[in-house]
Parts: sequence; C-alpha cells; structure tokens
Amino acid sequence: MDEFTLSRIFINLLIATKWTLILSLIAFIGGGTMGFVIALMRISPNRWLRSLSWVYVEFFQGTPLLLQLFLAFFGLSVLTGVNLSPLQAASIALTAYTSAFLGEIWRGSINAVPQGQWEAGSAIGFGYFKQLQLIILPQALKLAIAPTVGFLVQVIKGTSLASIIGFTELSRAAALINNVTLQSMLIFGLAGLIYFVICFPLSNWSQRLEKRLSYTS
Amino acid sequence: MDYSFDFSVIAENWPLLLAGAWLTLRMALLAIAFGLIIGIVGSLLRTSGNRILNGIVLAYVEVIRNTPYLIQLFFIFFGLPGLGLKLTAEQAAVLSLAINFGAYSTEIVRAGVESIDKGQVEAGLAIGFSKLAVFRRIVVPPALANVYPALVGQVILAVLFTSVVSQIAAQDLTYTGDFLNSRTFRSFEIYFTIALIYLAIVWIIKGLAYLIELHFFEFAKYRR
Repeated sequence: MDEFTLSRIFINLLIATKWTLILSLIAFIGGGTMGFVIALMRISPNRWLRSLSWVYVEFFQGTPLLLQLFLAFFGLSVLTGVNLSPLQAASIALTAYTSAFLGEIWRGSINAVPQGQWEAGSAIGFGYFKQLQLIILPQALKLAIAPTVGFLVQVIKGTSLASIIGFTELSRAAALINNVTLQSMLIFGLAGLIYFVICFPLSNWSQRLEKRLSYTS
Repeated sequence: MDYSFDFSVIAENWPLLLAGAWLTLRMALLAIAFGLIIGIVGSLLRTSGNRILNGIVLAYVEVIRNTPYLIQLFFIFFGLPGLGLKLTAEQAAVLSLAINFGAYSTEIVRAGVESIDKGQVEAGLAIGFSKLAVFRRIVVPPALANVYPALVGQVILAVLFTSVVSQIAAQDLTYTGDFLNSRTFRSFEIYFTIALIYLAIVWIIKGLAYLIELHFFEFAKYRR
C-alpha cells in the first residue's frame, strides 16, 4: 500500500472538497428555488397554502438534518422501491432543509417591508403579484442578502453530514484517511482548516453586509 | 406505491426509544449548561479590553462557527486519545457539544451586554448601586430579554445537533434508530417516528421558552 504523506493527505482532502462545494451548490440552488416558493406560500392570502408551508417549515426546521438525510436515503427507497445514490439522497435532503430555512429568512425580509408599501401599490392599481414583484421584493431583497449569505455557511457545514450516508465529500474523505493513518488530530484538523478557509470569508462578508445595511437604514 | 406501513417496530420498542431520547436530553442539557458558562466567561473576556484575551476568544468563536460540528466531534473523540486523554463516547459528545454551544453563546451574550446603554450603568452607579447590583438589576435583565430569542433558537439547534453524536456510538435517540433499523429494515417508520420525537422535544422547548418569556420578560414588551 502507498504511504500517506502529508502532501498526499492534503491533496486527497482537496479533491474531496470539490464534492463538498458541488453538493453545497446543489443545495443552495435547489433550496433557494424551493425556499422562494415557500416564502411566497407563507405570506400568501390563501389559508391552505399558508398552513401547508408552515407544516413544511416546522418539520424541516424542527428535526435534525441527519434524520432528514436518513429519511431521504433509507426511507424514500423503501417507500418508492427506487434506490437513490448517496448524492441524490443528500441533494434531496439538503434542498428540503435549505428551502425551509431560506423560506423563513425571506419571509422575514418580505414582512419587514412596511405594510404601507403594499397599500401604496394597490392605490396605484397594481394587483397582488405586481405589488410583490415591483414594490415589495426589490426592497426585501436588500434586507435578505446578509442573512442569506450567512445561511450559506450553515449549508456548507451541513453537507458534512452527507458523509454519514456514504457520500464521499471532505468529511468522509477525512474519516476514510483517518481509518488508514490514525493521525486523527492532523487529519480532522486539516479538514477543519479547509472548511474554515471556505466558510470564514462568507461569514465575514455576511457580517459586513449586515453592518453596512444597519448604517444606511 | 405498494408499500405497506408497519409501525409495530415502534410499538414494540418504546422503552428503547425513550431511553435514547432521555440520553439525548441529558447530553443536550449538560452541554447547554457548560456551554452557557463558556459563553458568559467568553463574552466577559471579549469585552474585557484585554486585546490578547479578546483575540483568543475571537479565534475560538470563529473556528467553531466556521467548521462543521461533525469535524469538531471527530477531532475530539478520535484526536484527544492521541494526547493521552481517553474519553467515552458520551463524554466526548458532551464536551464537543459544550464547546460548540459555548462559541455561539459567547457571541449571543456579548451582543446582549453590548445592547445595554452605558448611561444606564452610570445612572445605576450614580444613585449608589454597587457594581454587582448594577450588573444584576440593570444590565442582566434587559440584556437577557434582548438576546432571549436568539438564545432559544441556539438551544434548539444544539438539541438537534446532538443527533450527530450517534456517529461515535453514543447511544442517543438517533443511535437507537440506527440500531432498530439494522434489525428490522423498517427505515421509513423508524426514522420518521424519531424525527417526530425530535420535533416534539423542540415544541416542548418552544413552549417552555414562551412561558419563561411571559413570566420574566414581560417588561421588555413595553420598553420598545
């Protein structure tokens, strides 16, 4: 068997990092799209849409992401008879998880736009969706950016749990290398460092956005 | 879909699930208690004015907040024995959860303390309150009220995080689910039920938090 030198460990971790980033991107794009729908349902005038989206958000915010991954990976396959790959199951679970949180963040941003803005829209003859599209969403967008970037960090960290259902991203690569080399502190330290290098700039950016916004408003 | 549900595995194994849930709650409570202590000390050091102490605590907070909990858990559980410090799964779980919660609560407590107007402290001192009394009567109640929602949210996240400790074979609720699943392959029934138990725990926490808010933080509603 090959020797695991420090540089080889590091290169292997970096290769696996690609999958952490890909999964994060899938979760963020999928979760963002669904989250937008959830946010609209949550503020909808229709009671049924509101209740349905409330149940969705309560479930995915009130249960551990790990259980959501298990349900997607083991549960969906016994229910439907279709065997999902770890990547497919992780994509489904992380999309659902991300959409619940982004949906709530964006609902908050929309609700933070003063009620008078809706009324002004209706006064100049806009319908519901035109008010939303032309008046409310542009203002809500500004409020939503900082917490959305902040949540992206949670998504990236969340992808580490996909390792548990057998998807080989950074955390699983670290665990596998650890099984061979048993240099736990070094390997998990390196993996942590890679996560930190990805997440810290985003956290920082989110905080700066938040500060800048609070000065201008 | 021709799948027939069979929840008998749940009905037959209630005691196991309850034991798992009990361990989950115990670990979460311990971790939150220790984490809060870390948070209070950390926030005091952050605001102490000593740049070195502030830097150390800030580094701790940023490292924990920008790395996944799973990596922190593995680092402690698999890494510390290399330094001659052997921990049981439960000990490693509580330690890592406390360190994790401590980082988040440091920032939450600091935000609370910084939300208090300095004039309030000066006013308290001016009318002859002791420093301790100022802290206890003037700083803590509104500071706590200000950050209370963030703190409750973090407590809930901490409880949900505990599910990850099943991966080092701490026999919590999720571990019990894995165990039952490996015996019966009733994956959906088991994991769905367990997810609902977590949800019930979260709702109980939310309910308790609401009652506490009504009882202790009623004053904060009229202040704004």
